[in-house]
Parts: sequence; C-alpha cells; structure tokens
Amino acid sequence: MADNKPKKRRVRDSRPWWDTFPWWGVLVLVLIGWMAWQISFNSNYELAWDRIWPGLRVTIRATFQSFGIALVLGLLVGMGQISKNVFFRNIARTYVEIIRGIPILPLIFVVALILIPLLELDKFLNFEMRATVTLSVIYGAYMAEIFRGGIQSVSPGQSEAGRSLGLSRRQTMNSVVLPQAMRAIIPPLGNDFIAILKDTSLLSVLGVLEITQRARQFSASTFKFREGYFVVAFIYLLLTLSLSVLLSVLERRMTRDRKGER
Amino acid sequence: MISARGLTKTFNKTIHAVRNVDLEVDAGEVVVIVGPSGSGKSTVLRCLNLLEIPTEGEVVVDGFDLTDPSTDIDSVRAEVGMVFQQFNLFPHLTVLENITLALKKVRGKNKKEASEIAMQQLARVGIPEKAESFPRQLSGGQQQRVAIARSLAMKPKIMLFDEPTSALDPEMVKEVLDVMLKLAADGMTMVVVTHEMGFAKAAADRLVFIDEGEIVEVGLPEEIFNNPTHQRTKDFFNKILY
Ligand SMILES: Nc1ncnc2c1ncn2[C@@H]1O[C@H](COP(=O)(O)OP(=O)(O)O)[C@@H](O)[C@H]1O
Ligand SMILES: [Mg+2]
Repeated sequence: MADNKPKKRRVRDSRPWWDTFPWWGVLVLVLIGWMAWQISFNSNYELAWDRIWPGLRVTIRATFQSFGIALVLGLLVGMGQISKNVFFRNIARTYVEIIRGIPILPLIFVVALILIPLLELDKFLNFEMRATVTLSVIYGAYMAEIFRGGIQSVSPGQSEAGRSLGLSRRQTMNSVVLPQAMRAIIPPLGNDFIAILKDTSLLSVLGVLEITQRARQFSASTFKFREGYFVVAFIYLLLTLSLSVLLSVLERRMTRDRKGER
Repeated sequence: MISARGLTKTFNKTIHAVRNVDLEVDAGEVVVIVGPSGSGKSTVLRCLNLLEIPTEGEVVVDGFDLTDPSTDIDSVRAEVGMVFQQFNLFPHLTVLENITLALKKVRGKNKKEASEIAMQQLARVGIPEKAESFPRQLSGGQQQRVAIARSLAMKPKIMLFDEPTSALDPEMVKEVLDVMLKLAADGMTMVVVTHEMGFAKAAADRLVFIDEGEIVEVGLPEEIFNNPTHQRTKDFFNKILY
C-alpha cells in the first residue's frame, strides 16, 4: 500500500532532540570522570594530585584578594572616568588605556619586579602579594570599564529625578543609579572573576607556589609531565565550570526577578 | 517666588536655546509655557532648578540666588518639585519607596513618618492601593500621578511640570490634569510646560509663548488664544488647535 501521507517537513524550530541535546556537557562530564578515575586509581596521577592540590589555597586566596581589590579600584576608576572633574577623568582614562594596552605577563614583571621595588614596597610585599597587586591593578582597569558602562546604561532622567528631589550627587549615585546599574554590571563581573582565577596561574612566573607552579615543579622533578599538567588543567576546569554554572543560575534568577516586577 | 532676569542658555557655544528671558512668578500663581518643539521651554524650566546651569542671567527662587555658587543647590531643589515627561520613577523601588527615599535621605524622616506622608500623597493623587506595586506594573497615567505624589511629599513651594501628559495615551491625560488642577486650586505655585490648552484655560493665571528661545508674548490664556498679537503666536496656535 502506498504511503500517501505528505512527507514531514523539518522547519527550523522543530529540530530532532539529538540536534539540540547538550552533548558537549556529556563529553565534558566523561572527561572529568576519566580524570577523577585516574586520580583515584592510578598511583602516578595520585602522586601528582597530592603534590599539586595544596596549592589551591594560594590560587583561591589570590583570586579572592585580587577580585576584591579590583572591585574597589574598578568602582573608583569607573566613577572617575565619568567625573565632572577634569583631573580625575583624565587620570582614570590614562590608567585604563595603559593597562588595557599591555598583556598581563609583561605587566606582572613590570609591576612586581620594577615598580614595586622602585616605590620601595618590596620590603613589605612578598611575591604572592606583588602578583596579587598586579592582577588587581589589571582587573581594576577592566572593571572600571564595566562600572562605567553600567552606570551610563542608566538613563540620565533617573539621576535628574533624584537630584530634583534634593538628593545629593552621592545619594543619587548610591540609592538611584548604582542599584540599577548592578543589573548590567554583575554578569560581566562574574566573567572577570573566572578570568582572574585562570590568570592566577601567571603567579607561577614569580615562583609563587599556586597550583600551576606546583605542577611545574612536580613535572620537572619527576619527569611525569603528562600527569602533572593533566591534573592542574583538571583542577582549573572543575573550578571554572562550576563557577560558570553558578553564574548562569544567578543571572537567570536576576532576569526572573526583573520579569516579576513588571 | 521665582524671578528670572536676562536668563540665557547656550549649549556648546553655538546652540542658543534660551535668550534673555525674564520671568516673574508670584506665590500661588500658575504659569503655563507653550511654544513649538525645540523652542527652549524645557531649558527654561530646567534652569529654574539648575538641572541646566544658565550661561547668563540671574535666577532667584524662593529668595535664593541660584547662580550664586555659595547657594546650597540641594536644599533649594528640595523646595522645588519637578515632574518630567517620561515620569522618571525609580524602577527598582516600589511606589512607596519611590516616595519615601528623599523624605528619609533629605528630610531626615524615619521610616514610619515617611510612609505616612507617602500614603497621604498617594491618596491625594488617587492611587493609595498601588503603594506596594513597582512602577512597571502601573499605567502611564498612574506612574505620572506617583511622580507628582513623589514631588509633593517633599512639601515643595514650587512645582515645575515639563510636558507631564505628552508621553501618555489619550485616555490617561485627564486623570493627570485633574490632579494638577486640584493642585492649582490648592494654591500651589506652578510653572507648567504643556500643549493642553484646556488646562491652560482652566488653571493658568498667565500664558507665556516662547519661540526660538525668546518670550514672544505673555498674557491671559483667553486673550492669547483669541487675539494673539504676534504672527509667530498665530502660526503656532493655527498648527496645534483644531
Ligand atoms: N543638553 C543639550 N545639549 C545641546 N543642545 C541642547 C541640549 N538640551 C537642549 N538643547 C537644544 O536646545 C534647544 C531647546 O531645547 P528644549 O529646551 O528641549 O526645547 P523644548 O522643550 O521647547 O522642545 C533645542 O534646539 C535643543 O536641541
Ligand atoms: Mg521639552
């Protein structure tokens, strides 16, 4: 018997399930599972893991400290960039332009090995602190742009309304503009947090014993390069992936709140 | 109450938005400003609470010389309410919080006092039931009434309105004008930029016609509608009135 049914036409939004299924997530999970398996049952990987993971303390400490300082710096510089004061505005702009124009690695050398000794701060700051300061200064510039953009995304009518009610500039900024700017600011700040976490690996060039440096030392002393570098890559991946998931949950919650307000 | 003399505002040295405007407004007076788009109406209004800084001239509001750098602008602004075409409610705050914010921060009221004042003003504009809503949940007319209540809560001596009904759907214009009429009847000193000639007739003590940054004609609304003396005024009313 002939089949008279018209042939099914596939339109763009009726793709089969296997076309839209997040296979990438499965692959990543398989990879993570394999590494976890190796670390648990392969004595070479176990050895690498034992030598490397204590560096996580340093990695995480440097991440949080850099992020915290960069946040304050970024807010100040971001406000400086839109300040009415010509001096602040130009200082802020100079800082942002210089930092953004230089790659992180040479900047770390310049700040940690030249500027800090030049300012005679090297007596007070060990290499971990110097590197943390450098990362803060770098991400401070990136975040300044985020804050500036966020503040400028709030319509000028909002601060005019605040000022018309007799609120001072500062009160208007704190109670009216910044809370609204946060919607535009938080997601890219989250991305910067992850970026800082990854960039703490650069602390290794100053010999700071975070996980990358420990992986280097382990590999060099045991000649187990594969184990050492696989393990450190695995640790970064675990951290960044879980942070991304956390962030997207946070963002989804933020947009849901916004819809609820309507 | 308001005295502007030789008020001039030039943007970027080339755009002469307001030229040599003299405007006196007594306590309790309602002055309506009309004029073509781009004629400088908003700029005049914004110079009265220093949202724009006059290039030249003198502006005295409630005895304070606004152009004197030693005048505390924030405290003058607290006495001058401003209502905007786009409402400019704070979207991240509830209606009640919109109104209590400045009461707490500027007037130093505690939460309870501020809420009481806010509720009184919301009742005055006829929407006490919306106190806990967010601005986005309100219609345009309701939002503008909240904006008026927010200004009124500060107990201002003067209210400035910049085309308060121009962004509204037609069916919501009246509810806002009604609130403004009531305010005028209560003796509030008001300067209103609007194209609502019905409101001008009903409430204005004086009508000011501005064109190209200059005051062309001043008078009673009826007089100016019926026999405008200047050609520019005639042309304008011919365009806006059916
Ligand atoms: N911030 C500004 N910068 C430059 N030009 C402006 C600014 N504000 C207003 N103007 C110009 O000043 C003139 C008067 O504007 P405005 O007072 O808004 O007119 P109206 O309210 O009568 O429509 C217009 O030509 C406008 O383009
Ligand atoms: Mg205007």
